[in-house]
Amino acid sequence: MTAVEIASAVRSGQKSARSAVEEYLEAIVQGDADIHAFNLVTAEQARIRADEIDAQVAAGNDPGPLAGVPVALKDNLCTRGVATTCSSRILEGWEPPYSATVVERLSEAGAVMVGKTNMDEFAMGSSTENSAFGPTRNPCDPSRVPGGSSGGSAAAVASGFAPFALGSDTGGSIRQPAALCGVVGVKPTYGLVSRYGLVAFASSLDQIGPFASTVTDAAAVLDVISGPDPQDSTSIGETQPSVSESLAEGVDGLRVGVLGELSGNGIAPDVAARLRAAVDALESAGARVAQASVPSAVYGLSAYYLIAPAEASSNLARYDGVRYGLRVDGASTPDMNTATRSAGFGDEVKRRIMIGTYALSAGYYDAYYGKAQKVRTLIINDFASVWEQFDLLVSPTSPTTAFSVGERTADPMAMYMSDVCTVPVNLTGQAAMSVPYGVGDDGLPVGVQILAPALGEPVMFRAAAVLEASR
Amino acid sequence: MSAKVQSIPGLGAPADTEWETVVGLEVHAELATETKLFSASPNRFGGEPNTHIDPVSLGLPGSLPVLNEKAVELAIRVGLALNCRIQPSVFARKNYFYPDMPKDFQISQYDQPINVDGWLELPSGKRIGIERAHLEEDTGKTIHIGGGGRIHEAGYSLVDYNRAGVPLIEIVGHPELRSATEARQYVAELRSILVAVKASDGKMEEGSLRVDCNVSVRPVGSDRLGTRCEIKNVNSLRSLGRAIEYESRRQIELLTGGQAIEQQTRHWNEDDGRTHALRSKEEDYDYRYFPEPDLLPLDPSLEWVEQIRQDLPSLPRDRRLRLAEVAPSTDADHIALAVERSMDELALSAIDRGGVPERVMTHIVHNLADGSGKLAAEALAELVEMEEAGELTATQAKKVLALLVESGGSPQEAAQELGFEAMETGELESMVDGLIAQHPDEWSRFCEGDNKLTGFFVGQVMKATQGRADGKAVTQVLQSRKG
Repeated sequence: MTAVEIASAVRSGQKSARSAVEEYLEAIVQGDADIHAFNLVTAEQARIRADEIDAQVAAGNDPGPLAGVPVALKDNLCTRGVATTCSSRILEGWEPPYSATVVERLSEAGAVMVGKTNMDEFAMGSSTENSAFGPTRNPCDPSRVPGGSSGGSAAAVASGFAPFALGSDTGGSIRQPAALCGVVGVKPTYGLVSRYGLVAFASSLDQIGPFASTVTDAAAVLDVISGPDPQDSTSIGETQPSVSESLAEGVDGLRVGVLGELSGNGIAPDVAARLRAAVDALESAGARVAQASVPSAVYGLSAYYLIAPAEASSNLARYDGVRYGLRVDGASTPDMNTATRSAGFGDEVKRRIMIGTYALSAGYYDAYYGKAQKVRTLIINDFASVWEQFDLLVSPTSPTTAFSVGERTADPMAMYMSDVCTVPVNLTGQAAMSVPYGVGDDGLPVGVQILAPALGEPVMFRAAAVLEASR
Repeated sequence: MSAKVQSIPGLGAPADTEWETVVGLEVHAELATETKLFSASPNRFGGEPNTHIDPVSLGLPGSLPVLNEKAVELAIRVGLALNCRIQPSVFARKNYFYPDMPKDFQISQYDQPINVDGWLELPSGKRIGIERAHLEEDTGKTIHIGGGGRIHEAGYSLVDYNRAGVPLIEIVGHPELRSATEARQYVAELRSILVAVKASDGKMEEGSLRVDCNVSVRPVGSDRLGTRCEIKNVNSLRSLGRAIEYESRRQIELLTGGQAIEQQTRHWNEDDGRTHALRSKEEDYDYRYFPEPDLLPLDPSLEWVEQIRQDLPSLPRDRRLRLAEVAPSTDADHIALAVERSMDELALSAIDRGGVPERVMTHIVHNLADGSGKLAAEALAELVEMEEAGELTATQAKKVLALLVESGGSPQEAAQELGFEAMETGELESMVDGLIAQHPDEWSRFCEGDNKLTGFFVGQVMKATQGRADGKAVTQVLQSRKG
């Protein structure tokens, strides 16, 4: 059953929330030892919550649009009283005293949290191998990575451990694992979904979004979690139209561009072939397709790997052993800070903190962080002129299908290349999503990325629905 | 000591050079908001440690700042009062590790502060340029346990985050002050402005006003700035003066002894009256400022700024001028004191109602140091009139005033309550006649011109009337009897 189907059955009393939750908890028990999608399964709390929802239904009340639907939450979303680790030793044992806005909204809509999912430490990575608690495996082939950093959430949905999940996307961390695991993943417009309670990696790039097995489910979840939040100053102040309502409107007459810079060099032939098939499908549904060019998009990855680490170096400074999480004692406070951070952070996090610290240093700021921000502006301007000619753009989500566990861990640059198609959208703040579109030569899923201008989610979802139907 | 003229290295100045002290001040003032700069926790002094906190002021993972509009309004008030240009501004992160800073970065303003290019006028009329006055958040407080409270010997430290996130305005002045006295005047004036526009309570003793001073010296007449030292931990106007005087002496001694000044941050020690090196310029932090991505640029509308300008209360300088106009024979210091005590309105109003300015100002300056309480301007004016008419002695007036401050009401009622009914002239005359009869020797000496005996007779009258009589009136009666 899809999330929407479960909610409908629970709201109408045909199915109990408790039974829905038990089915998924059973699937987790059966399968997660091989996959390791979860850092924590909150079975007892899920049962209590499910019973509350059933009581509401029995009392004639509507528990909301996601009534009784189990959800898996990426372990960088704060959950009151439930450990939130970011898959890092440095936060082990920390229980937030508050919940993220998205967590509150899901709860108000009747969703039931079944657990916290594994991720690359502090969302830094593209394979979920940078977790302090061990890697997550790709449910389609456990010798492969699920992508990252939200690999646990993608794998949970692909494994049937939860009908939907939330992740966060800073440079592709929802879309790329969605593509590699064969599920739908959405990076909403920056500011559409509140970041309050999302443990920050790179504040100007981070955005929370859903994973689901269908486009309809993803739309239903986005409608629940989006909207203004006074606790996030970067949240967009106006309520946006529902994405679900316009889902079936098709693509007839839409102008769709194939984004050349992200679809040619470095894209595996089998992935490119699936993109062509997707383009054909959109065209036969009435879209007018042409080649599109965003020349500066090729510099996206370089700009991203300066801006994101720079912000991260500052965001992660607070893990100093003083207030919460890990503390390793030292002779003085600075010694304690150093000992704690040396022991608590993994290699990739340390690498990015060092890159970011360097990029912001006196004498280097202009050459690195300053220059990267200029490139960012250039990319925003280039996209702005493309949006005068196109309603949507398409590209592959990932240059390749899922790679093998361990294949890229020794080569950070090769790992960073996994994000080449996804990072430009984080730099511009626009919307994008990945829709599964068949398999590559190795039989593993391929995702197609749909890009939309800021707040273009309704149109983006219409195209996603067309692709899903044409599979 | 030899007075041999030698040149001073690096300055080319002779050893008998006259030196000039150059001071630039950075003043941090806590803004008097209800809540913190970026969260809803109360902005209140004191309280049990770690009770005025929340996820944002603790910098918990996932928390985000939301700007307090009232703090912006107060910052604009300060900017306007300091004749600054109010401009669109950007918050920036100032990154450095310190346990009392919850996020290990401070949200401040860097290259685009809210207020720029203003000035402050000293009582002398000299204007001191204000470079900027920007918004930032305060840190918590670290308490070192053991080792006499010093960080290096402490056994452990505790942190109270009640102050973390309290809104501050940092006012950076140009190095245009030329003495400890001017520096003290600058801070005193700045404090009265902050209090007058209700932006801050200006209490140095509670740390809501903190001063860092940059001190350098140079030969009189030089237009180059010397190497400066920044002095921290100056907690009162008195320490400010002492620290600047010590520091400029120290620098002059170094220079005249042939040594160079090292750019340093120094710590003022109140107990030994000296400054001590904290760190050199090379050891200074690289703060890695960059724009705060969690906050939008701040762009107050022209209408809002205009509204704040119109609502701005009148400033100490204007208030002093106004008071000096109606009380022209009062000392400038006393005028300033009345304004600083926010009693200028009371004085103006009492004078306007017919109170003799000198008497009104005497009460304000000498008898109302602890505040005016329930004293109404009308009552003050009447009190002064009664004194003028000889219905109350100075001592009685002081007592009546105290009662008015405590309970309000009119001076007539208060005088009655205290039993200070004015003596009838007839009653006084008969009392003086009685005394003359009782003390014939003294009387004849007084009549022969021994004026010291005036005191004797006045004293006797005062004793008999328990201070109700007016000394001047007694003297007049004595003179009239002398014939």
